[in-house]
Amino acid sequence: MSEPVTPDSSRKKRTLLQFLSDYFHDIHALREYLLRKQILKGNRKNRSFADIQEKYGPYVTGALFILKQGGAVKFQDKEWIRPNERGHFPTEFLEFRKVPVEAVDASGCAINYQGMSNLPVPLKELRFLSLQCCPNVDDWCLSRLYLLADSLQELSLAGCPQVSERGLACLHHLQNLRRLDISDLPAVSHPGLTQILVEEMLPHCEVLGTDWAQGLKLEPDQQPQNTPSPVSP
Amino acid sequence: MLRKVLRIGLGSGLSNRGLRTRRGGFTLDWDAKMSEFKKKIECILPGKQWEELYDTSHLPPKQSDVVIVGGGILGLSVAFWLKKLESRRGAIRVLVVEQDHTYSRASSTGPSVGGIWQQFSVPENVQLSLFSVDFLRNINEHLAVVDAPLVDLRYNPSGCLLLASEKDAATLENNVKMQRQEGAKVCLISPEQLQNKFPWINTEGVALASYGMEDEGWFDAWSLLQGLRRKVQSMGVLLYQGEVTRFITSSGQMQTPSGEQVVLRRINEVHVKMDKSLEYQPVECAAVINAAGPWSGQVAELAGIGKGLPGTLQGTKLPVEPRKRYVHLWHCPQGPGLETPLVADISGVYFRREGLGSNYLGGYSPTEEEEPDPTNLEVDHDFFQNKVWPHLAQRVPSFKTLKVQRSWAGYYDYNTFDQNGVVGPHPLVVNMYFATGFSGHGLQHAPGIGRAVAEMVLDGQFNTIDMSPFLFTRFYLGEKLQAYNIL
Repeated sequence: MSEPVTPDSSRKKRTLLQFLSDYFHDIHALREYLLRKQILKGNRKNRSFADIQEKYGPYVTGALFILKQGGAVKFQDKEWIRPNERGHFPTEFLEFRKVPVEAVDASGCAINYQGMSNLPVPLKELRFLSLQCCPNVDDWCLSRLYLLADSLQELSLAGCPQVSERGLACLHHLQNLRRLDISDLPAVSHPGLTQILVEEMLPHCEVLGTDWAQGLKLEPDQQPQNTPSPVSP
Repeated sequence: MLRKVLRIGLGSGLSNRGLRTRRGGFTLDWDAKMSEFKKKIECILPGKQWEELYDTSHLPPKQSDVVIVGGGILGLSVAFWLKKLESRRGAIRVLVVEQDHTYSRASSTGPSVGGIWQQFSVPENVQLSLFSVDFLRNINEHLAVVDAPLVDLRYNPSGCLLLASEKDAATLENNVKMQRQEGAKVCLISPEQLQNKFPWINTEGVALASYGMEDEGWFDAWSLLQGLRRKVQSMGVLLYQGEVTRFITSSGQMQTPSGEQVVLRRINEVHVKMDKSLEYQPVECAAVINAAGPWSGQVAELAGIGKGLPGTLQGTKLPVEPRKRYVHLWHCPQGPGLETPLVADISGVYFRREGLGSNYLGGYSPTEEEEPDPTNLEVDHDFFQNKVWPHLAQRVPSFKTLKVQRSWAGYYDYNTFDQNGVVGPHPLVVNMYFATGFSGHGLQHAPGIGRAVAEMVLDGQFNTIDMSPFLFTRFYLGEKLQAYNIL
């Protein structure tokens, strides 16, 4: 069976496995297995915490999920709880069954759509949410945020590589939002125009967006190389 | 002796004219002859196709377990699920035959608007939509191919807004209740709330509206199609361009439990004709899947479905025919903002935003009397002026100043019986399975339908979603699966 050759693989030096997989079906099957394993690894981290939810209540479940991923949680009227470098965190919050979670800082966590069901659904009084630089947060995840419409006041999506202007369109449900940070989103095609449209969509919200100089043309020697589009087989 | 001397003496002169063989003939162009000779030797070596007379690599194989007629989104989805659900690797050989490899003329997937929503009145449609949304969400898990780029669906999660007048309000409410029971996240909105949420809308005549909060929106059908093509090719499915012109069938008499004689037909061979030539390849097959979209009715007739006395099961035709639908792209700088959902008006007009630059895509489903002529894909621009624009301007006042940029036409695989799809085997032609007739919803239900048909072929029953209301027998029994649909 023939493999589609993308321009990337012909440009970069091919690895030994790539070379061998052209000649041996076994190596090709091995590469497919490795690809599948990589995909499924992400799913394990975001598995549902439903059984813990029954025992400890929604707020503790959400907090535990975030802390396990490496983020930080703040309960109402309490201090921020963060895991240290080893990943350990203090467990006294397990007693806070009735105390709502006020703020979540999930910067850099591998949270995806599955994981979002552990976030907005139980945490009804969330006021501050930071999803900065999360590699797996995409437009589908943003469409789940409407559940926090009553309480969310600050949201930060800076630096998420998979969020595009299409996902930002579904933030119009969040009418109580006061601060929104959408700077540095590489997947948004026209950052300046997107910021204007989002500001129109959320009139009471302060939108922190891109630096205005980003829209200006670069010097000829600073032009980035154009990458060709992938060839379809 | 003399000849040798002559040869040496006239050496330089002879090399200009080329070599001479012993028999005296010329063998000019020695290099070309050698390369042809090498090709012929390559053919004999093991691993290559040995065709004595001529090259047949452009023809489909002579045998295939399943032949799928139609390589659009439904056909490719069935191929994908067949290969995914097979009991061991390489168990089923699948061949997909597509008439138009540019997907511009005969296919419905190419020109489609790409919406997906769960607001249907038939519970199975809602389940299909939910399954498809789940599939699309994890698209890169399902369609991952080693070394290939990720599939970017450009999904807009903006939701779908259905408006209803006084007389349809009760139906809409019942539908929403059913949809919520199935798990769709749809809510009902009153006209006042609608005016608050979307200030650009004119709520005159609207009694109730239903709005999907999640899992609804639109996406890029073309990238899904290309992603599926890549994945099924990597799974070993053969994709060929050609037209199915004939089925060779064999029939046998069987007796029903009540003693009636029934003639059961079986398709043994499919004749696939190549484009722009009379050459065809007979492909022996065990099952044929009719996923030919608007042309499914013609393909079914080739198998003898509908050839009989009207009113009998033999005489029941497949009521799928091509219907032309227009899609218009217009520009309106003062139009609705980024939060615009896919709006479906009471009058039958629908529109959605396209991109960031105040462009909108929309269309209108005409009534039976106003149907455009389906023999060609010419666009009638007066249709927009007379039928679409007045309703658009009435619903969204800022659309009075719109300007049409482009229009195009495509075909719906329109089911004239009840505008819902046909899935499953035919009762008399035992190895033909249908996956067609979805009248504009084929794209959004394609993953679910593909899985249902694959389960029917491999297991003989529907395992995940029960699609028995969609079987062919309802055309004979007269049971309509009536749905309250706008789009």
